[in-house]
Amino acid sequence: MVQFTVPELPVLENKKGIKKETILSMLERMLLIRLTEQRIAKRVEEKKVFTPCHLYIGQEADAVGVCFALRDTDYVFSTHRSHGHFLAKGGDVNELFAEIYCRETGCSGGRGGSMHLCDPSVGLLGSSSIVAGTVGIGLGPAFKSKIFHEDNISCIFHGDCVPEEGIWHESLNFAAVKKLPVLYICENNLYAASAALKDRRVNDNIYEVARAHGLHTEIVDGNDLFAVNSAAMDAVERLRNGEGPQYIETRTYRWLGHVGNRDDIDVGLRSREELDYWKRRDPIANLENKLKGEGTVSEKELEMIHKKIQEKVDIAEDKALKDPKPSPDTLLRHVYSKEVMPV
Amino acid sequence: MSRLLSYGDAINEAHRIALEKDPKCFLIGQGVNNPWFVGRTTTGLADEFGAERVMDSPVSEAAMTGACIGAAMAGAHPVVFHPRMDFMYLTLDQIINHCASWNYMFNGKINVPIVIRGIVNRGGEQGAQHSQSPFGIYANIPGLKVVTPATAKDAKGLLLAALRDPDPVIYIDDRWLYEVEDDVPEGDYETPIGRANILREGSDLSIVAASFMVKEAIEAADELAKEGISTEVVDLRTIKPVDMETVNNSVKKTKRVVIAIAEWYFSSVAASIAEGVYKEHYKELHSPVELVTLPDAPAPASQSLEEAYYPDRKTIINASKYVMQYG
Ligand SMILES: Cc1ncc(C[n+]2csc(CCOP(=O)(O)OP(=O)(O)O)c2C)c(N)n1
Ligand SMILES: [Mg+2]
Repeated sequence: MVQFTVPELPVLENKKGIKKETILSMLERMLLIRLTEQRIAKRVEEKKVFTPCHLYIGQEADAVGVCFALRDTDYVFSTHRSHGHFLAKGGDVNELFAEIYCRETGCSGGRGGSMHLCDPSVGLLGSSSIVAGTVGIGLGPAFKSKIFHEDNISCIFHGDCVPEEGIWHESLNFAAVKKLPVLYICENNLYAASAALKDRRVNDNIYEVARAHGLHTEIVDGNDLFAVNSAAMDAVERLRNGEGPQYIETRTYRWLGHVGNRDDIDVGLRSREELDYWKRRDPIANLENKLKGEGTVSEKELEMIHKKIQEKVDIAEDKALKDPKPSPDTLLRHVYSKEVMPV
Repeated sequence: MSRLLSYGDAINEAHRIALEKDPKCFLIGQGVNNPWFVGRTTTGLADEFGAERVMDSPVSEAAMTGACIGAAMAGAHPVVFHPRMDFMYLTLDQIINHCASWNYMFNGKINVPIVIRGIVNRGGEQGAQHSQSPFGIYANIPGLKVVTPATAKDAKGLLLAALRDPDPVIYIDDRWLYEVEDDVPEGDYETPIGRANILREGSDLSIVAASFMVKEAIEAADELAKEGISTEVVDLRTIKPVDMETVNNSVKKTKRVVIAIAEWYFSSVAASIAEGVYKEHYKELHSPVELVTLPDAPAPASQSLEEAYYPDRKTIINASKYVMQYG
């Protein structure tokens, strides 16, 4: 079944010669995601967070590596596992925590919850909890760019079960035929809810099927920030050159179970060995070790970064908890853009 | 013989009986072995009947449902389930254009004996895409039958009846009822499709309800009784074809009616039933028909909004008192 195998540890070769400053920004963003998700996992366990949270721990290099190859004016669409994409594209961590606590100040005003985040100011036009929902609408901004000769691209993050839905094929073919500037990122973490990839597909070949639809495709180690970022940069360059849709499959793993704080090992969905293997492939710790080893950063610098990000998370959560919940009087607000007489 | 059994376990039992007795029956759906998806409603069935007859599916709702519809055309008796009705929208072409119209379009030569089980799973700050109970959409389609059990007894009886029906039946169960227990007969029996049930007799007011709202209606009736209002509770059980006869007989007696179905109001089952009541009783009604439905908005996530969004016992009581004030 498995055709693509990742190396024992992420290679982390800085082929593009990314500058220290940018590397550290990416590291900080990955840490922001990690520490945010760890905090949320804790609150889920304590039963203080209710909205169903699909946590992103383990996949941080994907969202960050890709979003750092995009401009603010490029668009992104996300899934039920949306926190990482939101933060990576530049969404405000305060608004994220407020949405997780379903407060009026959340990015979706408390109406969306964990699976339905947006921040149009940084190009995140929404996340959908319907599998494959965004491979349709995610074509839209690219379609618009094409028709009106703009140079924004549209990036659709999706999971490894999305190619099982018919609309995935329609979307790829549509993008290919119309030569749309779409970047698909398939984060293949080997599971869809309770079902392993091998029980859902005969071949481990999502990127090859994408290629057969006429897209330029790559597969990369999703725990290797440099590999993801470099593949995304190349794809974005081709997109801006009008070379048609691009597809990147990343091979990665979520440390936690499908939803919530548990790891799903207790219910027999996956093995301890597998999880430990992927924990050794930690996209953050391996990057930090490498940066320390080559003298790019000192232990002290790293400590400061951790402290700074942890404070940011603490402040965001404290603030969210003090914010009000949406008032029941506003229940019917925003069904339409302008108030419509109720039926 | 009967015993206390939960609604969820009653569904499981119906699946088991169907698989045991009907060699042409099979069961497929996402998460068939997983309590996150379907509670205990399919637990143990794969072990008992084997993976050839009880199986999971790739995340391909349209293909999976189409495959079952086609298998039914060829003479099998499939049950295909969707862990949330929200995901079932992906199959609407297969269900509406194909499944529902096949028998008619081919002059009665090819019937489709399938059960499509949609689960309503809402609340818990899941938001608009994980909360829906779109009854009216399916009831609107000629060629489909739609059942919405409210009790454990009917959850079992309607599933067995649906399986033996020669036509497609949309069977809608509600996770908020899974742990509710009542007396469930052992063995094989059917709850007739198209027949409502009077769960509580009364003389002042009729509450006509479906699915989860039936439970709330019973509780409302208990409270109203304390205030001297004698309430009849009609459990529709089937919303297509709907049993207007039982509804109208009840209204004939009470001359007041509240219709409680947790679906969006416009173009709803509730509105259609109201029309059926007016047509029959427009001269005798003591008050306008009052509907208890969902607000005209997608489901919100925040608990503060969810509380305002979902109708319950209290909403029904308020509607009932409103109706009673007409005298
Ligand atoms: C249309 C539809 N079918 C089923 C589901 C239930 N569901 C939610 S998440 C999920 C699995 C997603 O797996 P994948 O795409 O690999 O993303 P991951 O969770 O691994 O990030 C499923 C089947 C859904 N949300 N929408
Ligand atoms: Mg996955």
